[in-house]
Formats: sequence, structure tokens, C-alpha cells
Amino acid sequence: MGRSHRHEFDAVIVGSGGAGLYAALEASRVRGNRTAVISKLLPIRSHTGAAQGGIGAALGNLEEDQPQWHAFDTVKGGDYLVDQQAASILADDAVQAVYDLERRGLPFSRIEDGKIDQRRFGGHTRNFGEAAVRRSCYAADRTGHMILQTLYQQCIKNEVAFFDEFHLIDILFEGRKCTGVVALELATGDIHVIHAKAVLIATGGFGRMYRTTSNAYANTGDGLAVLLRRGVPLEDMEFFQFHPTGIRGMGILITEGVRGEGGILRNRAGDRFMERYAPTLLDLAPRDMVARAMTMEIQAGRGILGDPAVDDYLYLDATHLGREVLEKKLPDIADFCRTYLSLDPAENAIPVQPTAHYGMGGIPTDLDGRVVATGSGGLYEGLYAAGECACVSVHGANRLGTNSLVDLIVFGRRAGRHMADFVRQADFGAIPDDALAMQDVLARANKKPHDAHAEKIRTSMKTIMMDKVGIYRTGKALDEAVQELRGLRHEVAEVGVGDTSRSYNNDLLELLELQNLLDLSLITAASAAQRQESRGAHAREDFSERDDDAYLHHTLTWLDGGSVRFGKKSVDLSIWEPKPRVY
Amino acid sequence: MNIVLRIKRYNPETDEAARFQDFTIAAEPADRLLDCLMLIKRTMDGTLSFRKSCAHGVCGSDAMTINGVERLACKTLVQDVAEEEGAVVTVEPLRSLPVQRDLMVDYTRFFEAYRVVKPFLFPVAKVEEGENIQAPEVRKKFDDPTKCILCASCQSACPVIVEGKDFLGPAAIVQAARFVFDSRDEGIAPRLDVLGAPNGAEACEGHFECTRVCPRGIKVTKNINLTKRAVKQFKEKDD
Repeated sequence: MGRSHRHEFDAVIVGSGGAGLYAALEASRVRGNRTAVISKLLPIRSHTGAAQGGIGAALGNLEEDQPQWHAFDTVKGGDYLVDQQAASILADDAVQAVYDLERRGLPFSRIEDGKIDQRRFGGHTRNFGEAAVRRSCYAADRTGHMILQTLYQQCIKNEVAFFDEFHLIDILFEGRKCTGVVALELATGDIHVIHAKAVLIATGGFGRMYRTTSNAYANTGDGLAVLLRRGVPLEDMEFFQFHPTGIRGMGILITEGVRGEGGILRNRAGDRFMERYAPTLLDLAPRDMVARAMTMEIQAGRGILGDPAVDDYLYLDATHLGREVLEKKLPDIADFCRTYLSLDPAENAIPVQPTAHYGMGGIPTDLDGRVVATGSGGLYEGLYAAGECACVSVHGANRLGTNSLVDLIVFGRRAGRHMADFVRQADFGAIPDDALAMQDVLARANKKPHDAHAEKIRTSMKTIMMDKVGIYRTGKALDEAVQELRGLRHEVAEVGVGDTSRSYNNDLLELLELQNLLDLSLITAASAAQRQESRGAHAREDFSERDDDAYLHHTLTWLDGGSVRFGKKSVDLSIWEPKPRVY
Repeated sequence: MNIVLRIKRYNPETDEAARFQDFTIAAEPADRLLDCLMLIKRTMDGTLSFRKSCAHGVCGSDAMTINGVERLACKTLVQDVAEEEGAVVTVEPLRSLPVQRDLMVDYTRFFEAYRVVKPFLFPVAKVEEGENIQAPEVRKKFDDPTKCILCASCQSACPVIVEGKDFLGPAAIVQAARFVFDSRDEGIAPRLDVLGAPNGAEACEGHFECTRVCPRGIKVTKNINLTKRAVKQFKEKDD
């Protein structure tokens, strides 16, 4: 394998999506702080850029709104598994965060008086559930693209150092103190050890474990998997969100903003079936409920093909919105329909199916992004996480639309600020003796013959996750999934890489990513098997009710070799009493 | 249907020169070309190298030359480039950017040009509370260039650059235009040295190739022309 290099920075951020870039901006504002961002992608390729519909903040530009209503919606949307002080911070800080982004140049869509426009979104309501409220600030249907651009632009202005196309392979510790990261430089195959006082993980999601997903190829959960192998726990991994409206067969996201602007889901009879599932919010009920309703319709033979035995679908009807609204407010959606479906959404309904979208769980953190080591709240030193890979927890058992972008901005900023202060008074820890342990793995991988076996394992993983750890789950199927995923983890250890090049060995990169996904798949399935209740996105056919007596707590999971160990962490219920969740 | 992907291969560690390699695969008309490349990579030849990420045309990773035209592989369907059974689809890296390996090109200079135009807001007003006010019609003036995903398709297609002339490039100017026409930004002034230089906006010869290939449908040439005019007006006012 390649040579190894050493670097030293005060703060290192892994991942250059919204959370990573916001943290980098904050960390680099302190004079003298040397900040670096490493990313396995080129600049502005991160998946934040694919977020479409908006960022929720109670600006009240079109009608009365309050941060506490936003916080309540977040808690209820998460089926009361949300930490309530965290949700309050999310909603309070969202307002300032949106203003902050606007003043840094984010080109929001505007209303006539020149203020930021706001649209309705699922589960966001006025006065604790009365009716849908216009809370989502947006820039057409490319809000994430604009956020990513704006933050990257500001990082250029602040002269943040970027290590583009560096893939994270290890994180270094001295006891509970994080002392740096190890990364593979894709261009050369060289190994880089980056010594740091503080490390922030912002590697995003891991939706690529599912067959049908809205997620980018890059979303392989690298940061979570590396930490898991270093003994760090993950939280609430059983909760994975299926977005109701993915393009049939492809999984490409069709923003909830279509329904926010008035789009309607219909079955084969043309019925607005959400009337039967969520009489108040209808199509703007939270995603877990809409995705389940769609599954029920399909299972009852009311899908468009009318056959529950096939991969059936439903229609998202936006024809009544008219071409002008579609082209002005949802231009990319109209473009996706034309490109991938040869369809004009002003003329025809869009064929949709639920698509694996977002992991609510992740690396447990406190309110400043510091990583939690134990169920009782013990912390790692100098280790932070933010964004989809983290679990604060503001999403609980089900995330509301727009809150992913809010999470990135609010907690990316808080973590970056805390880290900036921390590195000013902290010292460097020691680089451990096993810093280059992963180098051997790379060398080993390079010597084995390639036989397309990795693809078979990948396909099996995606099928198992889709069929057995999907929208509806049973104990039997989950136990099978755990066993099968264990088997795949053993198999993947024997897979080789045919490509022997050092430069841009993507074959090797994909194998490392597959290993990460397999570890996270196992944790997801095992976490789902032990939670014998239905809550938010975790719907058990064999335990169909929420069980607050037994399960109103966060799940912590550790990976000990091949086995999964569980722990508990209490939920912050300091503001609102858990209630049945109806919309 | 069966199609042939004729892919330009080059690995600097093993190859003296670039060569074409044919892969025959079964594909559906509605498959993305990226799906075809992934099928080859994951089941036929793991050494095939290209970038990809979002797979639906918004991240800009997989710009390449397909049948001689710059396109995103994930925004190109088989039916767009192969009409009949056995059709040959030629896949090459972007032009003008140095090839790193197979379909991967070196974006270093491309992103340098992007940085040079100072692609960040120079605020006109210091807003202490709340937001800047910007009417929808004012916001509309710079909507087009905000769509840019920096995929470099325009750069590859630009005849001025292909001929090796000194030109900052269409993408960098589009990125500048995104700020120049934003009412909240100081506009030309902080960027005059770059945009007004001989290799700035005026180096564009108006071939419209950039506009033709832009996968985001940006009127690239129009944005360059508007920038040219703004530079000219700024200089005249300054005289």
C-alpha cells in the first residue's frame, strides 16, 4: 500500500455536507484555530445538496407561528421519543439560523413584500395541532443545494483547509479522549494520520443499506461504522424513515413540498385515501403515517396495479396546481418527472412508492454535539458529531420534514462553536500505537482475487433490509435478518479487490463502504428486534401499540466483535406529557 | 435490449495511452446510463473508474461525454442515447480537464477558477435583525445561475477552452453572475479585477456550446453576456 503522512490541526471535521461545513465555519471564526475538513467527495457534491422542500423555522412571515409550536410538533412527530429541551433549542435556534443563512447570501424564495416565503409541510401545525401552518422556508425545490452552496462559499471566504476525496478509515483514541483520524487519500492510495485536538463527525446518512432509497451512493454511514468499531455506542438505530413519495422503482425523492403546495395522494379508484388515516392533516400527516397508509392501500389491493403481490405503487396528483405553480415553486420536480418518467406533472399524476430516506438514530450527542459514551451521559473528550449521523435526539422515532436541514444548521453551528472554544484550551493527545492498524486491512484487500462477490453480498443486504427491516416489521423476520446479516459480515471479510491500482481504487473504496453498511444494517435489525412495540417509524405487526411503560427510552447499542449489546438512555420529557398520536 | 458501451479507458499506472473497451450489457430503455456503468463496475470489471453520488442530476459528480456530448450519466436514460438493439454508446471523460483515470478528470483548476471570482456574498447592507428584504422580481434576476452544480460540462464543451485559449471559463462566470445580479451583493466592484481581465467575461466568444450542454438548463452564455455588459457599464461609470 501507499506511504503514510502526518498532519496536525486543532479541529478536524469529517464530512462536507451542511453540518460539517457549518461547524467548520464556526470553528474557523476563532483566530488562530487551524481547521480542516476532510470529505470523500469533491466540493459541494454532498447529499445535503439533494434536500428539496425547505427548512422549518417559525418566522411567521405569512401567518402567526411560534417556536414552541414547532418544538411541540417535533416532539409529537417523533412519537415522544424526542429529547424535549433539544427540540426547544432546535425550534428556537432555527429562526436565527435562517436569518443567518439569508444574511450570508442564501437565495430564499420570497413573498410580495420581499420577506422569505414559507410553505406547509408534513406534521407542522399551528397551536399544537389545530391545522397545517406555513413554516418551511425554501428556495424553490432546491433548498439543500442553496444551503450547501452558501456554506461552502463562506468556508472559501474563511479559508478553511479542505482535504477533498479523503475517505475516513479510522478514528483515534487515548482512552476516552479523541486524538485524531486516519484517512485514505483516494488520488494516491496513501494513508494520512491527522492529529487533532478535536474531531467532529458529520458523515451523513446510511440509506444505501436499502434497495429502494433516495440516498446518494456516498451515503454509507462511514463515520458511524468507524466509531462503532472503536467501541462508541449508537442510539435509536431501529428508527429509519421511509419517505412516502419516491419515484416508482427508482426511489428518487419527490419532495413533501408537492403536498405542501396542495398535491394529493390517490389510489387506483382515485380516492384521497389519507382522509381515512389522518382526517385533520390528510396528506400532510407525518411521513411514517403516510408511508404506512400507502402500504395498507397497496396490501388491500388498492394500489394502481391492484395486486399486493407485485411491487405496486400509488399516485401523487399535482395536476390541479397548474403549470405555473409547478414551474415556479417545484421546477426540479417537474424536471425529474420529465427526465425519468417522460411525464408532465401538470398533466399526469406521478407514480410513487415509499423510499428509504433518513436514519433518525446515530451517534449519541449532548446539546453541544459532544459524543455520549454511556447511558448515564458520560462524554468523550474532543469528539463531536452533527447532522444525520448524529442523534441529539431531536427526531425521536420519526423526523418531520424540513427538520433535517434545521438539525444540520442548528446543531452543526452549536457543535462548531463548542469545538472552537474547546480547542483553545485543550492539548493534543497521543497518537496510539495502533494508528495504522487499518493499513493492513487495505493491503490484505488488495491481494485477493475479485469475483463480483461483493455485489452479491450487497444485493443480499439491500434485499434483507427492504423485506425484513422495512416499513412493517415482525419479530420473526427481524431475527432472520439479524442471522443473515451476521452471515454476510463473515462473507465480506473474505472478499477481495480485483483492482490493484493505488490511484483512485474505487473498487476498494466500495468494499470499505459495504463493510460499513453491513455493520450498520446489523445494528439496525438487532435494535428493531429488541424493541417490542410500535413507535414512529418502527412499526411492529406483532406489537402494534406504543408501550410507554416498557419502551419510553432511547436504545444504545454497542458492537462487541460480532455481537450486539444493548443499553438504555432516558428520554427528556421535561415539557410535554406523552399522549396518543393522532392527526 | 442489448447495448454496447464503448468506454474510453486509461490508467496512468498501467497504460501508455488511452484505449476504448466495449462492454455488451442488457439494459432497459428507462435505465440511467449511470445504472449501466454501475452494472459493469460491479459485475464485469471492478477497475472501471468514474465518480458518482446522488444519481439524479443534482450533485454534479458524473459529468462525462456521451456520444460526443457532455451529459450527466445519471440524467441520461438509455433511450436518450441508444435507439435500437445493439446500439453503441460511446462514453468518454470530459474534454479540456486532465484525465486522472478512465472517466475521472482533474477538477483542481476548475475549482481554482471558481474560487478566484470570490463566490460569496459581499453584503451591501449590514442587517442586524431579521432578514434582508428582496422582492420576488428582484430575486428572479439571479435565479438562473443559482442552479449551477459545478459539474464542468460547460467547461468541457467551451470551444475557447478546447482551443487552449486563456479563459476563466463559463462556470466561474456563472458563479460570479449569481452574486453580481443579487441586490444584496456589492456586485462587480469586488470582482472587477477578475471579471474585467482579458481572460474574464470578454474572453467568451459566444459559441453557445455551454448553454446547449448545461444539464441544469442554465442559459450560460446569456449570463456571461449580462456579466460582460455589467463590467462594461461599471468601467464606464468609473471613468
